[in-house]
Amino acid sequence: MTDVNVISESNQEHGLSREVLMNLGPQHPSTHGVLRLLLQMDGEIVKRIEPHIGLLHRGTEKLCESFTYTQIFPLTDRLDYLCQPSNNLGYALAVEKLLDIQAPERAQYIRVLMAELSRISGHLLITGALPMDVGAMTSLLYTMRDREMVMDLMEMISGARMHTSYCRVGGVREDLPSGCVERIIEFCNIFENRIYDYERLLENNRVFLARVENVGNISGEDAIALGLSGPCLRASGIDWDIRRDAPYEIYDRLDFDVIVRTDGDCYDRWKCRVDEMRESLKMIRQCVAQMQPGPFLIDDPKIAFPVDKDLLAHSMETHIHHFKLAAEGFKVPKGEVYSAIEAPKGELGFYIISDGTEKPFRLKIRAPSFVNLQALTERTTNMKYLADVIAMIGSLDPVMKEVDK
Amino acid sequence: MPGQFPLEKIIDNFSGQVSTDPTVTDMPCVVVPPAVLVALCLFLRDDDAFKFNFMADICGVDFYPSLPRYQLVYHLYSIDLGWRLRIKCPLDDPPKAPTITHIWTTANWHEREAFDMFGIVFEGHPDLRRIYMWQEFEGWPMRRNYPLRGYKDKYNPFGEEKASSQKHTIGDIL
Repeated sequence: MTDVNVISESNQEHGLSREVLMNLGPQHPSTHGVLRLLLQMDGEIVKRIEPHIGLLHRGTEKLCESFTYTQIFPLTDRLDYLCQPSNNLGYALAVEKLLDIQAPERAQYIRVLMAELSRISGHLLITGALPMDVGAMTSLLYTMRDREMVMDLMEMISGARMHTSYCRVGGVREDLPSGCVERIIEFCNIFENRIYDYERLLENNRVFLARVENVGNISGEDAIALGLSGPCLRASGIDWDIRRDAPYEIYDRLDFDVIVRTDGDCYDRWKCRVDEMRESLKMIRQCVAQMQPGPFLIDDPKIAFPVDKDLLAHSMETHIHHFKLAAEGFKVPKGEVYSAIEAPKGELGFYIISDGTEKPFRLKIRAPSFVNLQALTERTTNMKYLADVIAMIGSLDPVMKEVDK
Repeated sequence: MPGQFPLEKIIDNFSGQVSTDPTVTDMPCVVVPPAVLVALCLFLRDDDAFKFNFMADICGVDFYPSLPRYQLVYHLYSIDLGWRLRIKCPLDDPPKAPTITHIWTTANWHEREAFDMFGIVFEGHPDLRRIYMWQEFEGWPMRRNYPLRGYKDKYNPFGEEKASSQKHTIGDIL
């Protein structure tokens, strides 16, 4: 049901013009969650867009102030629920910077592996969902089928399909299970060909192309001014990727290309993500090949639980540390840090102010979807009709849980 | 990446008005009063030595009960030169700051968020409304003295009792 308010009527030379205010969402299937848009329409032409967000606001930042540093991991899962390991990684890196520690090498490989798997999982959704928004239903069924493989891998590695909470400060929770590497390689081999399938399915589809090509163009300058990041920015011709320009973890040892496109329209934003999945596969293969056996969690009883659980039964000291850590958490030295990673949606930043206790004094999440969504309000070229707005939302790929925090 | 970050150039250009924060270790950081904020941002964006074209984040902070109570923290990034910079802007109570939406368009929603959560008023902002909470909401949820579970009313039986003196409305500060 759509509410319509007539806000102005005027007789112009081409006949009657009637501007109406129209409500799109929050229950509209193409708003990817609960985004509500207030549209000022003149017939089919969109005059003004006013996004109303906050319907999923949970006060994550306020909650973080009352949680210990380890307890915050499940909250970060619930930001961008398509790619939780990336969020975990971004937060863990910020805390590790404050503590001035580094995860062991194997843990870094596992984290990057998980982050890239989750990037595939996140990009797969938009690969299928944008065509579905503009009328090509089939693609979503195929991408969801393949996303299931990623979910299975996540379940195998972390025990959970969606909310993995797999990272810990100083490493990851558990080592890769036996037989996992083979499964990952098998997935890579299958999935590589599937990407060609999507391209064959959609790139020559005239209906899909007519709806997304040359629609919602954002120039490079505008994209930077709007603060876009990630694939949305790279589709506009700006060559910036945090993984390459300020490498964290072991990204500097991986060989990959940064996908940059030039037009900045909905099609480029979609295509940029399809190509990025190929790069992610490359990175996953390299991670698996380079990974060496070793510790997966930092050996510091004040920060991480003991890896050898038998110690809890034999060593009093381990027992005390375990109790203190579980009951109180660990103290983080006074200071502040801003740490940004290249999440699938763009720059995911965590700004933490610590007052020396076991809970953060202030934790600010720079959510990429929140910033990217703002591009809807500005007058992007070639976004004239209501149908173009739907394509634009789909190509910006906002996850409303991350927008609303 | 070019060599050392020319922090002195900022200090020299705004003699006496901008200072560095020695407690920050992860990136260069300057402290600026709200009166100089816009001039500093314009300088940082347009000067060829910096080219801070990407405004990553605006974070409001409430240091209750210490003074000055509020602070705005801006994170800038230079895509061309690969530098990050933090700007801190301490604010009095009631908090007021100039808007920087005309410098970086992206600041619009960030400033609305800081207004919504902390009640920081951005003078000159084109559309200063609440962004997460509903328009009729009373209070500033991210302030340190706002209870975690909110105030008690008919929808929220677990909230804290509201003392009448603590009531803040938008009209009080605008």
